[in-house]
Amino acid sequence: MDLSNFLSYIASGTLYTLGASLIALPAGLILGLLFALLYLYGGKVLSNLMAVYSTVMRGIPPIVLLFVLYFVVSGSVNLSPFLAGSISLGIISSAYQMEIIRGAILCVSGGQLMAARAIGLSQRQAVREILLPQALRIALPSWSNEAAIVIKDSSLIYALGVPEILRRAQLISASTQQPFLAYSAAAIIYFALVFITTRLLGRLEQKLAIPANP
Amino acid sequence: MTEPILKIRNLTKKYADKVIFQHIDLEVKSGDTIVIIGPSGTGKSTLLRCINLLTRPNEGQIFLCGEEITAKGVNEDHVRQRIGMVFQNFLLFNHLTALENVKLGLTKVRHMKAEEAEQKAIGHLKRVGLSEHMDKYPGQLSGGQQQRVGIARALAMDPEIMLFDEPTSALDPELIGEVLEVMRDLSKSGMTMVVVTHEMGFAREVADSIIFMERGSIVEEGSPEELFEHAHFPRTREFLGKISELYGKKEKKGE
Repeated sequence: MDLSNFLSYIASGTLYTLGASLIALPAGLILGLLFALLYLYGGKVLSNLMAVYSTVMRGIPPIVLLFVLYFVVSGSVNLSPFLAGSISLGIISSAYQMEIIRGAILCVSGGQLMAARAIGLSQRQAVREILLPQALRIALPSWSNEAAIVIKDSSLIYALGVPEILRRAQLISASTQQPFLAYSAAAIIYFALVFITTRLLGRLEQKLAIPANP
Repeated sequence: MTEPILKIRNLTKKYADKVIFQHIDLEVKSGDTIVIIGPSGTGKSTLLRCINLLTRPNEGQIFLCGEEITAKGVNEDHVRQRIGMVFQNFLLFNHLTALENVKLGLTKVRHMKAEEAEQKAIGHLKRVGLSEHMDKYPGQLSGGQQQRVGIARALAMDPEIMLFDEPTSALDPELIGEVLEVMRDLSKSGMTMVVVTHEMGFAREVADSIIFMERGSIVEEGSPEELFEHAHFPRTREFLGKISELYGKKEKKGE
C-alpha cells in the first residue's frame, strides 16, 4: 500500500471534519458575537458573567472541555456523537471568538458611535450599522486564525468515536502497521483544508477592505 | 417676541468633583449664528455635547423650540434628529462612501425610500461642493472634503439648529477656507448655528453674537463689534489679542 491508498481511505473522513468545522465555526461566531456585545454593553452583571465565561473556557484544554460538554450536551438531548461533538467545539470556540470580536469592537473609535447617535440612530442601530461592519472587518484576520484552529481542533472528536480524519488514520495505522504513512496522509489533508480556508478568508479580507489613499 | 430656538437655563456639568461649566444661560434665536470662543478646557465642547444630549448635564434645563429636552422621559434619539452636529475630527463613518454617509440617516432614521434618500443626499453633497467625490470613502478624501461631508450629513437631516465643535481645528491651514466658506453660506441662508471655533475672522464676519467662555463660565457676550472693539473685561481683550495674533496668519493663508 502506498500513500495514495492511505489518502483515499482517510479522505472519506474529511466530510466529518468539514461538517464539524462548518457547525462549530458559525455557532461559535453567533455565540461569540452575542457574548462580546453582552460583555461590552450588557450592564455590570452580564459583563462580569461574560468575563468569567471567557476566563474559564479559555483556561481549560479543549479536549477536557469537549468531554465535559459532550456529556452535558448528549445527556440533555439525544444527539449523535458527531452533532454533540460539533456543538461542543462551537461552544469552546465561542470564548475565543468573543475575545476576537470584543478586541475588534474596542478598535473602532468611540467617536464613530457618537457620530451615529448624533444623527439620531438608536444605540441598537448604531451598533448594527456603524460599529459591527467596521469591527467585523478588523476581526477578520484573527478570525481566520481561529477558523484554522477550529478545523484542526475538530480532530478532537475522534475521541468520541466519530470517524473523521484522525480516527480513520488511527484505524488504518493499526490495521496496516504503517503509522508514518497513515498519519502523514492525515497531516496532508488537514494542511490542505486549513490552507484553502485561510486563503479564501484572505481573499474575503481583500474584498472587504475599505478603500483608502496610501 | 418669538420663542428662541434654543434656550439654556442655569446649566451645570461636572465630572465627579470637577466642574466643567456652571450656571450657563444662553438663548439662540432662529436664524442666528452664535460663536463661542475661549481657551481650551473651558467646557465649550462639553456644552455642545450637552445641547444634543450626547452628555447629560448635572443641573439646569435646555429647551428646543420651547420644549424641555432635558426633561425626564424625552426620547433622546428624537431630539438628536432635530439637532445637527459637526465634529472636530469629522467622524465620518469609515466603511461608507461620502454618499452613503449622508444617506444613512435618511433611510434609517427618517425611513425614506432609498431612491428619494439618494437624491436628497446628492443634493446636499452638491451644496457643499462635493458632487465629484460622492463615491469615495473617507480615507480617500482630504480633511476639508471629509468635514464638508460631515456638514452635508448633518444638514440632510433638516435640523432646526446646527452645532459645530471646532470644525476646522483638525485641518491643514490651506483646507480651512473651503469649510469656512460652506459655513458662511449656511449662516447666510438662515440656518441657526452655534459654532465653537478659534477662527476669529469667521466669528467677526458671520456671528450675530459672540460668547467668550472661560473656566466654565460665560465671561462676556456681545456682537462682534462690541467684543472686538469694546470688550468690557480685560480678560476678553487679552484673549482676543492673543488668539488674533496666533490665528491671524493661518486664517489669511486659508482664505
